[in-house]
Amino acid sequence: MADAKIGAYVCKGCGLGDRLDTQALTAIATREGKAVFAKEHDVLCSAAGVEMIRKDIEAGEIDRVVLAACSRRSKTEAFNFDTVAVSRCNLREGVIWVQADTADARAATQEMADDYVRMSCAEVKQMIPPRGNEQAERNRHLLVVGGGMSGLTAAVEASRAGYPATIVEKSGALGGWAARLWRRVPARQPYADPQDTGVAELIAEVEADPNITVYLNATTTRTTGAPGRFAADITTESGKTVTENFGAIVQASGFTPYDATRLPEFGVGKSPDVMDQLGLETLAREANGSPIKRPSDGREVRSVLFIQCAGQRSNKPGHLPYCSGHCCNTSIKQAMYFKDRNPNVDATVLYTDLRTPGNGEDFYRSGQRKGVIFTKGVASVVQPANGALKVKFQDLILNQEVSIDVDLVVLATGMVANSGVDAEAAAKQEAWKDEGAGTDGAQNAKPEAPRSQEVSILNLDYRQGPDVPQLMHGFQDSHFICFPYETRRTGIYTTGPVRRPMDIAQALEDATGAALKAIQALENAAQGRAAHPRSGDLSFPSFHRDGCTQCKRCTVECPFGAIDEDERRYPQFNEARCRRCGTCMGACPVRVIYFENYSIDTVGQQIKAVEMPDETQEKPRILVLACENDAYPALDMAAMQRIHYSAYARVIPVRCLGSVNSIWVTDALNGGYDGVMLMGCQKGDNYQCHFVKGSELAHYRMSKVYDTLEQLQLEKDRVETHEVAITDIQRAPQLIEAMAETVKRVGLSPFKF
Amino acid sequence: MSDLNTVMVEKYRNDFLKEVEANVEEGKWVKMCMQCGVCSGSCPLGPFWEHPPQEVFMMIRAGKRDEILKSESMWMCTSCYNCIVRCPRELPITHIMHGLAHYAERLGLAPKQNPTRKFALMFWDNLAKAGRVNEPILGIKLYFMNGFKQGIQTALKMAPVGLGMLRTKRFNVLALLFHKGCKGKQDIHKILRKAREIELAKAAKFGG
Repeated sequence: MADAKIGAYVCKGCGLGDRLDTQALTAIATREGKAVFAKEHDVLCSAAGVEMIRKDIEAGEIDRVVLAACSRRSKTEAFNFDTVAVSRCNLREGVIWVQADTADARAATQEMADDYVRMSCAEVKQMIPPRGNEQAERNRHLLVVGGGMSGLTAAVEASRAGYPATIVEKSGALGGWAARLWRRVPARQPYADPQDTGVAELIAEVEADPNITVYLNATTTRTTGAPGRFAADITTESGKTVTENFGAIVQASGFTPYDATRLPEFGVGKSPDVMDQLGLETLAREANGSPIKRPSDGREVRSVLFIQCAGQRSNKPGHLPYCSGHCCNTSIKQAMYFKDRNPNVDATVLYTDLRTPGNGEDFYRSGQRKGVIFTKGVASVVQPANGALKVKFQDLILNQEVSIDVDLVVLATGMVANSGVDAEAAAKQEAWKDEGAGTDGAQNAKPEAPRSQEVSILNLDYRQGPDVPQLMHGFQDSHFICFPYETRRTGIYTTGPVRRPMDIAQALEDATGAALKAIQALENAAQGRAAHPRSGDLSFPSFHRDGCTQCKRCTVECPFGAIDEDERRYPQFNEARCRRCGTCMGACPVRVIYFENYSIDTVGQQIKAVEMPDETQEKPRILVLACENDAYPALDMAAMQRIHYSAYARVIPVRCLGSVNSIWVTDALNGGYDGVMLMGCQKGDNYQCHFVKGSELAHYRMSKVYDTLEQLQLEKDRVETHEVAITDIQRAPQLIEAMAETVKRVGLSPFKF
Repeated sequence: MSDLNTVMVEKYRNDFLKEVEANVEEGKWVKMCMQCGVCSGSCPLGPFWEHPPQEVFMMIRAGKRDEILKSESMWMCTSCYNCIVRCPRELPITHIMHGLAHYAERLGLAPKQNPTRKFALMFWDNLAKAGRVNEPILGIKLYFMNGFKQGIQTALKMAPVGLGMLRTKRFNVLALLFHKGCKGKQDIHKILRKAREIELAKAAKFGG
């Protein structure tokens, strides 16, 4: 990058001027960092400071900027220059706030600051000013797959926000399961009585809306493209196919009721008077307000028993291991179907834990007031006997086996997600077996939830599989709590019970959220910007075709399915699908993948820019590669609390541990670093990694680095990989301190030169 | 089995909960119990109950009529009110326990030898007679509740306390012979008679 014109700006505010020799820093920037010029300023983030930088940029004197001031997480509004490449040199949180303000510490503190300036100059020299995504297209049209409560709501909400929507519904009518309910759990004060589902009104609104197109008896048979330029083949039952273009996709494919015939012990199939919750809804609809009759003999029901958690929350093979979340409220509602018509009907809910999310607690109380009996117990057998159903259950409060006769038994069986094909199923099962092996033989087979279908929903034309990847128990999500609505396919948002089990109230809220996320995604795509979590990032991945060995590791490891293969089997990056995590960059064994402002070189040169003191000085150097999402903010916050850590540490933020290429670690060790630390997010089943697999991959890759350590005859202790949460404000600095101790123990690296 | 009980059994063969709701003071609250068990955990006498309150409520719902009404459990309540204070559903648990005990007594099912029951009856007789409690007589009756020999033993054991009360004029021996009673004793009797009449009428209504 011979033509790089670097301007360095050193801030003297926030005590930087008092603690550091800023003049020396400017000298380093110009002499060693080869900056065109280096300027000091009293308060760089002030209007005057920012104006000074802006003028220099506009004058064309510089196209790279080093801001030696505070952390990249502060003053982002002020330091927002998106026509040039910027490196934030963290002197405040990274240096003066984490070092003691004493005469003894002064020299080491200055050395730290010197190094960070060198690193920033080296980094920015390798950067290319961002150009933005050339593939960017703007398409405001939303594809909604599924015409149930969630899909209808998503379409209506998108239309209200001014974005046209197309609904593709596989059945012949809109409304989904909700249309088959007699009443729904109340969503309004005082949450006392079942209320109308409201599906009819919603369907009417959709049908009257000129902004919403509806395809019935239709499926999406092929989906290609990326956010902003999706193309979907919509095939109707008659075999006719139309191809339409969309900006983003909302998948609201819903659920299938758990198959009750898997529960023969409850008399399913033996008596028509045993049914699941949807079966009772059908009876209630048939009764249409008059007393509900038994299917077997048409007699009015005088006693009904609701068995909760039938085939759910169970570790038995073939059962659902999770709670479906709505069944308790639904059973209370259905008990009211009987009690509201005739208070003398005995309605008993047999539960182990009554879970009433939302405002269900009020509804539960209302059920109790109406005389529904709630019994804590576990049913074992339901048998038809003498025109009645004999139910045996263990009463958990009285601790005794009980047998009662009822007219009708309703099973709360729960929901199975319609999530299509699980491309990762085989790998998941393998991983589980590996984990379970050698511990307990019985646990080797994971109790897998029964799949509702193996037919693809979206038929994605992606290298990584035809549907959105599943997270847990077949539900499609990225992370319930950290990243709601996000999936691992950019621009495709799942909503409703396909994402996690939920009731109507939650589905309505969920669908609104998903519609808005989809709009956000297509607008970002139109500007060539990244979606969550690096929203707004303009950089995108490219690769040097010459060096590529077509190993496909990038394609396989990309957590978001952004990389396809072109006809010559080279990776084909779909920028609009890319979340800019750099996992591909970390994966590439020949290191040909790069971003404009984040590459093997931008980090590699930072690592090399640190001045390595020779052995006689006894000043170790510890490289810390910290995830910018959790670990780096944790260190920043530790700095705000003035928690000190070793002055020998040099922290480099990385987009995700997944982007860490092992070359950085081996180069650092070869270059004389005494310790290398990787700090990423929590991995495993309950991962908190913002890019799903990055932390996991880093741990795996680092296990390979230990071979290198052996070859170099270095101690294994010199490389550590840690899981650091954003809340680890005390722990993160402690880890660095511990590494400093380790280095003291094992001695300095023999690779100093 | 008393007549009243026979009638009640006929009426509520299938649903003890409804019977409790209709006849037991505060009985309408029983169905609101959500079986969290905080009452049983809070009760200072909980470990000594045959059935702690949570279980009592569950048994009522399960239709265990005889077991509950003949139980000593609700007679164990000392009215400390800890359960009421802690119940998240704000059930008047103490009152329900007394209501259940009273109902069992009315039906003639209460355990005859239960000391709380015996004392309660003794106290009521004493109070209702004069409209005011006659302490020396109540005390003596209490001592001799379980037989003559034990009465003498208890009396001897308590003698120093009695003498102390006598000295400090907290105890009027003359009341053994001349108990004054309250003003308008006759009116009290009238009120009690009327209350009894109403109660029987109510029971008859449910019985019929």
